Amino acid sequence: MPATTVWQAMSLTYQRDLVLAFRRWEQVAQPVVFFLMVTTLVPLALSPELNELRQIAGGVLWIAALLAALLGLEFLYRADHADGTLEQMLLSGQPLALLAIAKTAAHWTACGLPLVLVSPLLAVSLGVLPGALGTLMLSLALGTGILSALGAVGAALTLGLRRGNLLLSLLVLPLTMPALIFGARAVDMAVHGEVARGPMLLLAAMCVLSLTLAPLAVSAALRISLE
Amino acid sequence: MTWTWFHKLASPPHFYRIAGRLAPWFGWPAFLLIVVGLYGGLVLAPADYQQGEGFRILYVHAPSAWLSMFVYATMAIAAGIGLVWRIKLAHAVAAAAAPVGAWFAFLALATGSMWGKPMWGTWWVWDARLTSELILLFLYMGFIALRASIDERERADRAGAVLALVGIVNLPIIHYSVYWWNTLHQGSTITKIGKPSITFDMLWPLLAMMFGFTLYFGAVLMTRLRAEVIRRERDASWLRGELA
Amino acid sequence: MNWSGFLAMGGYAAYVWPSFGLTLIVLIHNVWAARRLHESARNEALRRIDSAGSGS
Repeated sequence: MPATTVWQAMSLTYQRDLVLAFRRWEQVAQPVVFFLMVTTLVPLALSPELNELRQIAGGVLWIAALLAALLGLEFLYRADHADGTLEQMLLSGQPLALLAIAKTAAHWTACGLPLVLVSPLLAVSLGVLPGALGTLMLSLALGTGILSALGAVGAALTLGLRRGNLLLSLLVLPLTMPALIFGARAVDMAVHGEVARGPMLLLAAMCVLSLTLAPLAVSAALRISLE
Repeated sequence: MTWTWFHKLASPPHFYRIAGRLAPWFGWPAFLLIVVGLYGGLVLAPADYQQGEGFRILYVHAPSAWLSMFVYATMAIAAGIGLVWRIKLAHAVAAAAAPVGAWFAFLALATGSMWGKPMWGTWWVWDARLTSELILLFLYMGFIALRASIDERERADRAGAVLALVGIVNLPIIHYSVYWWNTLHQGSTITKIGKPSITFDMLWPLLAMMFGFTLYFGAVLMTRLRAEVIRRERDASWLRGELA
Repeated sequence: MNWSGFLAMGGYAAYVWPSFGLTLIVLIHNVWAARRLHESARNEALRRIDSAGSGS
């Protein structure tokens, strides 16, 4: 019987993670609801004036999305660690970094993507005009991708630690600040009618960089945490 | 050239003794340089044309900022060496260096803030360098917190090493992003912090302070390392001969 | 040496002196803390050696 190829292993991991994620709806819904609620806090705290909200919409949406995605990171390895699946992956002989990519991709699909899809609604509620929505969604897609990649490193390092979630946030947030800077700026530019090419390209570059390097760190971290 | 001296360095008893002998060679020159630098900076250097006597804070702010970055680099490189070549002493260097670096980062922020108040009118400004320094402090705290929350020493060493390496790769990106972000809002914070036009009699005390601080770090590191080595080697037989 | 001028630091005294003071405190603290760490590690190690010696 032919051994499983790397591609098969990756796609099986991806599919399995997605099935498990969607089996429990709360896990998928929580980050989205959090995103919604945080965005609602802003007009309540500041002003119902759409003209004012529009000025800060880019930053607010980005911060809320980042925090929501951070919430979703907890589930990345916890269940697999608890039932021993993670160790099986380690022992399987498949390249751990590639399996990490598959898990990160699944995490993004189950957590980041819903945030991206919901963002236009929230953006409109903050006064953002339709012309900027495309940039918003694209920038958030890249940003949540970066967070999934970097967050996976943090999750792998803090595997099984008590209060690991809080520590995870402290470790990951500084690393995501560059993405936040350029992402929020991109949305801001779009809101004011400019083409946000520069920041978007930088954001895309950061995304590629993190997707390339983070899985290596994840695989090293998983070995360290499990041995 | 044989590498035996390098291998000997990685042996804890040998390193313990060397660190003990090196410490005063770092410490006393550091003390001298800092005293001389302080005198030069506080008394001899002429007042700055724009900032008056206030600019003298440079003499403690700049060395602190420089050290905070130098120590992080040291920490990350040591951790990387420990991870790749599995040298336990290298992990000890990273562990010993981190709190010192964090103190320097804090000092850079505090002195920067005290410098800023008379210059810009507020205790804090989201100036590129201060913001960048703040993020560096977060990275330090993350490293220290991660190590502290893992009980098994080997796991703590190696997890911390991965984090430090991820941090050092991100550091240039963070630095560049923050500078770029700061230039977006030119109007509010055109900062002159750290940039008085500098003549030689203003410069030499600064260099003295920089070298002094760096040697100071060497001295403190050697002492902390000796403590680390003892703790890590608690049950080793060489300790008895060395300490008793 | 104009002492009162020196201490006044051209009006910036309230910022200059605390900065230098804080720096000195941090520098001294780190030296003290390092030495204390070393000493307590030594003492603990010696205690372990002694108890191992007398216990066996």
